[in-house]
Amino acid sequence: MNIIVCIKQVPDTTVVKIDPVKGTLIREGVPSIMNPDDKGGLELALRLKDQFGANVTVISMGPPQADVMLREALAMGADRAILLSDRKFAGADTLATSYALSGLCRVLDYDLIIAGRQAIDGDTAQVGPELAEHLGLPQITYVADAKVLDNGNLQVDKENEDGIQVLEVEGKCLLTVLASAFEPRYMSVSGIMEAYDKEVEVWSADKIDVDEGKLGLAGSPTKVFKSFPKAMKAPGEVHEVTPEEAVELIVNQLKVKHII
Amino acid sequence: MDKKDYKNVFVFAEQREGVIQPVAFELLGKARDLADALGEKVVAMLLGCGIKDQAQALIEQGADEVIVVDAPELKDFLSEQYSQAVGQIITERKPSIVLYGATTIGRDLAPRIASRLKTGLTADCTKLEIEPDKDGEPEFRMTRPAFGGNLMATIICPNNRPQMSTVRPGVMQKMQRQEGRQGTVTEFQPTFDASKFKVKLVKTIKADKQVADISEAKILVSGGRGVHDKEGFDKLQALADVLGGQVASSRAMVDNGVMPHEVQVGQTGKTVRPNLYMACGISGAIQHLAGMEESDFIIAINKDKFAPIFSVADLGIVGDLHKIVPMLTERIKKELEK
Repeated sequence: MNIIVCIKQVPDTTVVKIDPVKGTLIREGVPSIMNPDDKGGLELALRLKDQFGANVTVISMGPPQADVMLREALAMGADRAILLSDRKFAGADTLATSYALSGLCRVLDYDLIIAGRQAIDGDTAQVGPELAEHLGLPQITYVADAKVLDNGNLQVDKENEDGIQVLEVEGKCLLTVLASAFEPRYMSVSGIMEAYDKEVEVWSADKIDVDEGKLGLAGSPTKVFKSFPKAMKAPGEVHEVTPEEAVELIVNQLKVKHII
Repeated sequence: MDKKDYKNVFVFAEQREGVIQPVAFELLGKARDLADALGEKVVAMLLGCGIKDQAQALIEQGADEVIVVDAPELKDFLSEQYSQAVGQIITERKPSIVLYGATTIGRDLAPRIASRLKTGLTADCTKLEIEPDKDGEPEFRMTRPAFGGNLMATIICPNNRPQMSTVRPGVMQKMQRQEGRQGTVTEFQPTFDASKFKVKLVKTIKADKQVADISEAKILVSGGRGVHDKEGFDKLQALADVLGGQVASSRAMVDNGVMPHEVQVGQTGKTVRPNLYMACGISGAIQHLAGMEESDFIIAINKDKFAPIFSVADLGIVGDLHKIVPMLTERIKKELEK
């Protein structure tokens, strides 16, 4: 079985701080990490590899710095790593990004594509389904479990607001995976040693099967009109008081607001 | 593509087991504003099996027309079946705007449609508006949190149609129901290509719904790391009980297994907008604030006077929730007995 896993390097948005005076982002010192849902996807691929034997190729699109993350994936157990890196991809929205990734997938052999549900910097959850559509593959999103059945089909648990849908899919497909369902393994020591001997292949746009006019900014239907720091509402009163006084303050406010 | 051929604001009216979801009505409320600003119609797409008689409910909440697709293929949500039907409706009817709920259904369907029709999609919008562009033409502007909720970005889709967005449940306001409001119901017959139906539903396992939906609650007593454990949450539950509210949680207490995911507030949890939000022992990470800052009245109790939660609180108390919450519960009990 050949499995492609799509991974993205993201800033760890959970440690980003806002400058309290200027209201701007403090980007300095924010570490870059493998997006958590994507890491869950890689873990699923590696579990399938452990059980049935598989060739796992991790792919990513981004600047050369993503090399570190791809080596981490190799150290976890991936067999091959390809980074799509070219100025022609710059400014891509989700449609142009998924289109570029589809051009790469088309020149690789695969039986299954796994992506994370969403990336923590964009939170769109769009690239997976858009990639599936570009490739004409069935998709299952919000995947919490997947196993191979005796007939070769995949049985997949899809999580939703009301519970779980158990689905069976025939043939090639694309899954988007929840980090919470697949605790990722650590890199092994031998894996780390090997990862630095392996090559991270860096591919430019001319190596993939795409119409270059549909890449990057030109291929992106959506444009950022503006971005701005979130308007903080004026903070109310903050009191450092005894518990008794605190109770009085709260009760008074609840009465004013007709809550009690 | 001539943009002028594209007209009317469409809403994907999500239903589950034949029940139209609240987010569909919220989207209709916003679609009504947008359509009025554009001088266009609001059209709801209702897909399912045996759901035709519910079209009037959508009309009474703002739709001028309801396109009904009633087919056995659409009984349960499956990506390809729904994508074929919605894709065909959009191709034939050419809407200018299409809105979907940012649910596990809408966030599966909408990107599939965007990629099929080669158009733009903006996820999890918190604000949708029509403003004049530089030539004075009406422009659809979609604002959403970016960078993990640290920034806001306004997105436009200038050259492709339809312009599409998803909106999380609880963000938009539905309009007052107008009983007897008139509208048209159109039946649509898609041409299904069953050879592409590669995913089949084996079974559905329903989660135990012991907890009511926190996004519907009027009063929420919410706890974070400072609550420590299950016993700490019992104190919050007692307070919620006397106030007639529900208990919610920050991500930290869900990740460590103390509280279930269904009651998590924030970027990766639910968006809530209750009349009263009491944040107890919650420091207020930006991802948490993104899910609750639109609450009408926010009270925060935290030991750390520099906790960011105080920046959104209407009333902030620096103190120990383990002392204050039980005393407050007793005091409110007495007040209510008066």
